[in-house]
Amino acid sequence: MIAWLVASPILVPLTTAALCAVFWNRPSLQRVLSLTGSTLLLILAGLLLARVMEGGVQVAQMGSWAAPFGIILVADTLSALMILIAAVMALAVAVYALGDVDAVRERGGYHIIFQVLMVGVCGSFITGDLFNLYVWFEVMLISSFVLLSLGGTKEQIDGAIKYAAINLIATACFLLAVALLYGVTGTLNMADLAVRVPHVANKGLVSTIAVLFIIAFGMKAAVFPFFFWLPAAYHTPAVAVQAIFAGLLTKVGVYALLRCFTLIFTGDMGWTHGILLWIAGATMLTGALGSLAVRDLRRALSWQVVAHIGYMIMGLAIATPLAIAGTVFYLVHDIVVKTNLFLGAGVVRRLSGGDTSYAKLGGLFTAAPILCIVLFVPLASLAGFPPFSGFWSKLLLVRAGLAVENWAIVAAALVTGLLTFWLVGRLWAEMVWKANPDGDALGTTSLGGAARVALVAPLVLLSAITVTIGFYAEPLMRVSAMAADGLVDPQAYIDAVLGAVPTTPTLVGAADTAAMEVQP
Amino acid sequence: METIMAFAVGGMVAGAVYLFLSRQLLRVLFGVILLSNAVNVAILLVGRLTPGQAPLIGQGQEVLGQGLANPLPQALILTAIVIGFGLLSFVLALVYRGYQELGTLDSSQMRTAEPEDAV
Repeated sequence: MIAWLVASPILVPLTTAALCAVFWNRPSLQRVLSLTGSTLLLILAGLLLARVMEGGVQVAQMGSWAAPFGIILVADTLSALMILIAAVMALAVAVYALGDVDAVRERGGYHIIFQVLMVGVCGSFITGDLFNLYVWFEVMLISSFVLLSLGGTKEQIDGAIKYAAINLIATACFLLAVALLYGVTGTLNMADLAVRVPHVANKGLVSTIAVLFIIAFGMKAAVFPFFFWLPAAYHTPAVAVQAIFAGLLTKVGVYALLRCFTLIFTGDMGWTHGILLWIAGATMLTGALGSLAVRDLRRALSWQVVAHIGYMIMGLAIATPLAIAGTVFYLVHDIVVKTNLFLGAGVVRRLSGGDTSYAKLGGLFTAAPILCIVLFVPLASLAGFPPFSGFWSKLLLVRAGLAVENWAIVAAALVTGLLTFWLVGRLWAEMVWKANPDGDALGTTSLGGAARVALVAPLVLLSAITVTIGFYAEPLMRVSAMAADGLVDPQAYIDAVLGAVPTTPTLVGAADTAAMEVQP
Repeated sequence: METIMAFAVGGMVAGAVYLFLSRQLLRVLFGVILLSNAVNVAILLVGRLTPGQAPLIGQGQEVLGQGLANPLPQALILTAIVIGFGLLSFVLALVYRGYQELGTLDSSQMRTAEPEDAV
């Protein structure tokens, strides 16, 4: 029974996608299915997190093949939390899509591909097998290609080609890294890898493989110096697609880094986590500066996606329990805020007549005061104003940085916060305070009844989550600390996957080499 | 034998990188094909080469004997080939559509999503 619950984050969106595909010619039914599927996913994700919080790491062996041989699904606190927050985003975006995704895109299979994307995202969060993670990444990748190019405008095709090219290379890197790791350890199960990697004689090779993983996941997470594809592509597709990309896709890369660099590659932390620290600082600063350089709301937000990835990598690089907890907290906060901001930018775009360059914006406060208040929440949280969620997450990371006396990264984090503050001030001035260049801005009533509800309701929901986390940070903090404890000391994870029986590590790869030398 | 194959993989990756450096999108795509094939050969190599030793479990035995081929990397390659083929055919179609829409395959002229004056 528990195995079904653990597998449900994959099964529910997969079934929804299949059902939507059956009703290919009936978009109205697909909408209902998509909403139902997302709601069901949310409920099951909540149950799963409750179950994990109560009973520890939950494991499901697929096809009853015991680990480390079969493919295994593992839900620890981090996985369950990520799936829950992904499910919230899926629901918010599914509602938003009702008012946003046009008939052409719906006919092109938007709802199906969206659910397949969620299969890939949830699968990546819950798998306990490295090659299986590769497969989920591919599921996510192919659906993101389709979503990005769905609609087929020139701008989209241009962005999609660049996105596809860089991701194909990242995929090859990932696969190569997986293959080499298999070559030295003889296993692909993550828990088994955690046991075996410390016993590999060739430490240099392990460090090389670790760097390959940094490159592969770094391209997905859009960290410095692999970020350039993101501002090139993320502002082009439908708003609902942008929002789910900005909220979830890069964070899957961060999750994969977090998982691998707390579980598997902990042998040479001075080297691997040192690289991550440089990456973190450079990512934060480049993203913040990039966002100040462009003069378009959506492009500025795309750059901000890059900037805030840096904070999460910073926590991972510092790698104390407090820092990891900060990263987990930041992940949750950032997923909510970024999705909200992109959805909000979509509404602003509609009100300003399809253009989000600063020159075309303005006068929003007189036209739509309540929308402005709703949008103020994610913007303020982005800049880290207290008491919103962004403040607590930055506070945790800065405290963790000060605790290890790493002044440079703390300075980078604070400067980035200041630059973000500057950007938020500029956005607010251009979008809300400035008089509209065309005379009078349109209010949300111009969106039309049903579309208005569909477009604004998710914004209100997500802003409410941000405010709740801000004023009542304790529960999320506790879950983050729990997740961090599980990551810093992965023994519980390993025991849950491999069974409590202590396994004596025998390196199949090494044994094979010895056997081969005897052979003619 | 493994050493020679390792150098072959290195050569393929070098060729792929050379193709990536081209501004012509189709060459970049050929580079991707070459790279994914290089990785597939690398997966085969990490399972160690055992020519003529099919992974068959002998009668009365429970596990695979020593020195026989490792079937797992072959299964991995098969998966990787299938996925790679799917991705590649999509991207080929995408690039063709890009050529129709944008009228060029020169990546330095593809500035629709990021116009120079907007920065």
